[in-house]
Amino acid sequence: MDHHFILRVVSKMLIPPILLYALYVQFHGDFGPGGGFQAGVIFAVGFILYGLVYGLDHLRRVAPPAIVRAGIALGVLLYAGTGAYSLFKGKNYLDYSALADPERAVGGQHLGILLVEAGVGLTVASVMIAVFMAFASRAPEIKDTDW
Amino acid sequence: MLSSLTPHLPALQVVIPLIAAPLCTLFVNRHLAWAIAFTASVAAFLVSALLLVSVLDGAVISYQLGGWAPPWGIEYRIDAANAFVLFIVSLIGALVLPYARQSIEREFDASTHTYFYTCYLLSLTGFLGVAATGDAFNVFVFLEISSLSSYALVAFGAKRDRRALTAAYNYLIMGTIGATFFVIGLGFLYMVTGTLNMADLAVRLDDVGDTRVTRVAFVFILVGVGLKLAMFPLHLWLPNAYSYAPPPAAAFLAATATKVALYVLLRFMFTIFQFDHPIQGLTFEYVVMPLAIAAMFAASIAAVFQEDIKRLLAYSSIAQVGYMLLGVALLTETGLTAGIIHLFNHAVTKGALFLAVGCFVYQVGSSRLGDLKGIGKTMPWTTAAFAAGGLSLIGVPLTVGFISKWYLIQASLEAGSLLIAGLIVASSLIAMVYVWRIIEVAYLEPAPEGREAKEAPLSMILPTYALVAASLYFGINSELTSSAASVAANALFSATNLASEGASH
Repeated sequence: MDHHFILRVVSKMLIPPILLYALYVQFHGDFGPGGGFQAGVIFAVGFILYGLVYGLDHLRRVAPPAIVRAGIALGVLLYAGTGAYSLFKGKNYLDYSALADPERAVGGQHLGILLVEAGVGLTVASVMIAVFMAFASRAPEIKDTDW
Repeated sequence: MLSSLTPHLPALQVVIPLIAAPLCTLFVNRHLAWAIAFTASVAAFLVSALLLVSVLDGAVISYQLGGWAPPWGIEYRIDAANAFVLFIVSLIGALVLPYARQSIEREFDASTHTYFYTCYLLSLTGFLGVAATGDAFNVFVFLEISSLSSYALVAFGAKRDRRALTAAYNYLIMGTIGATFFVIGLGFLYMVTGTLNMADLAVRLDDVGDTRVTRVAFVFILVGVGLKLAMFPLHLWLPNAYSYAPPPAAAFLAATATKVALYVLLRFMFTIFQFDHPIQGLTFEYVVMPLAIAAMFAASIAAVFQEDIKRLLAYSSIAQVGYMLLGVALLTETGLTAGIIHLFNHAVTKGALFLAVGCFVYQVGSSRLGDLKGIGKTMPWTTAAFAAGGLSLIGVPLTVGFISKWYLIQASLEAGSLLIAGLIVASSLIAMVYVWRIIEVAYLEPAPEGREAKEAPLSMILPTYALVAASLYFGINSELTSSAASVAANALFSATNLASEGASH
């Protein structure tokens, strides 16, 4: 890809707005269309574009596979952990009102959905990057000449 | 401490393996991952036992997830029927893990072990979630969690045999079609009722009446779940998936996956549709029952001609699903009891058999009949366990298989059909043929020269024998299983219209 100068420059310009837009979709999920799933996919698109243009080795340096895999697990854990926290507070599982003072129950709901969606976003983004890496790093098992 | 957790048991049942699964991936060490997985599965088993005890008297536990009251929020609703399923699934889940450790230690690269445990726990989470929830869409979500991780579990077998990949892919395609049909059916139900809570759905469907939409929903759900539970002739994914999956995964899936799908079928048909309209009962009488009987024979005959024991057992599983469906399709309370009791009994039996085959694979490296000649002399304990499981498959007295067949025959006689009772006995004779083929090879043929096969390690023998012991114990003292099954059947059946019109049959 060394000779594709325009592609490299344009994608470098595009990646920051893509990541920023992902964060917008993530945090705007409370008020309008959006949320963790969509934001996670958009966030991963930034990485995938980078991997497509600069190659897998560069992508691995930016997003080490071990960290991506940990991200998958951490997102689920954040979601499930938020629920478990309400259990420890004596409320039902995933009852977000346990996250704030009783008189500010709405605030608890707000914080709860924010945490849960952050978990969803983290897992979805990590899974998308991991899937891309898995496909991209797959060496052809049978060469065309072997048929 | 414990008493403060008691009201949260329905949630903990699902949450414990759910939280343990990502922890397995996060702590990269495979021994630690195993310890986490084992602890979680044992904890899930204890929770399910507590739940079963508290609903055996016919009580119903309702848990509001997130504190939102049903029908708006998601409700976990535990009655005798799903507590029984939770119990069997988590029992198998806890028993297979100590076995899995040695088995996958030999089979896989050390770096993939943590993923195996993660997939296993996610699969367990899915099965438990399907059984625990009282929300129809939640069933779909958990069904997908369990299925997706099951596909991965099957694909793990690719280390030994590359065909596991195509088997997993087929399973994925068929399973996804099944799940799609199921969710299309749900969509129709939601369209006419505006609710997804099962109890609420049941009430509102009464007002909707026998419209084309409900009929279409009924058929989509029947076929979708039929694919998941390998209802003949929708079983084509099953033989390959079970024979190429790594042995512990095969044992776990064989003992739980189709059972949980059968539970979903029971829940939707009896609790939600309730056989309100004649067409639903007629579908079971004229479509499901003939297919069930066809499965009993076709799959058993196919099993006779298999050269690989795992494949043979997989075909036998399809036949056993036929027995369960037959009991259910009689549409009587006794028939339903027979179906549910066979669900438990077959899970125990098939679990024991697949674990025993896993021991053969561990030592001999193959489960083909030709490679297991005279194995009864070199691996006496494993072979004895297999023989005991085989006897239960046939339905010999003092095994759980006999209890199942007894209830089934009783139910078919009660329904006035001597023919069906005869067919049950006849198909059991075919089971005798395929079990005998293995026994003959294992005990009567001479062992080939130079095969070095010792007895399998204790950590694999003990779980196998635990299930064998269960299949013998519940065959002699069926007090617990039969009372749980009849309470479960009563809970499901009394809600339906069949219960009130029973006299007219």
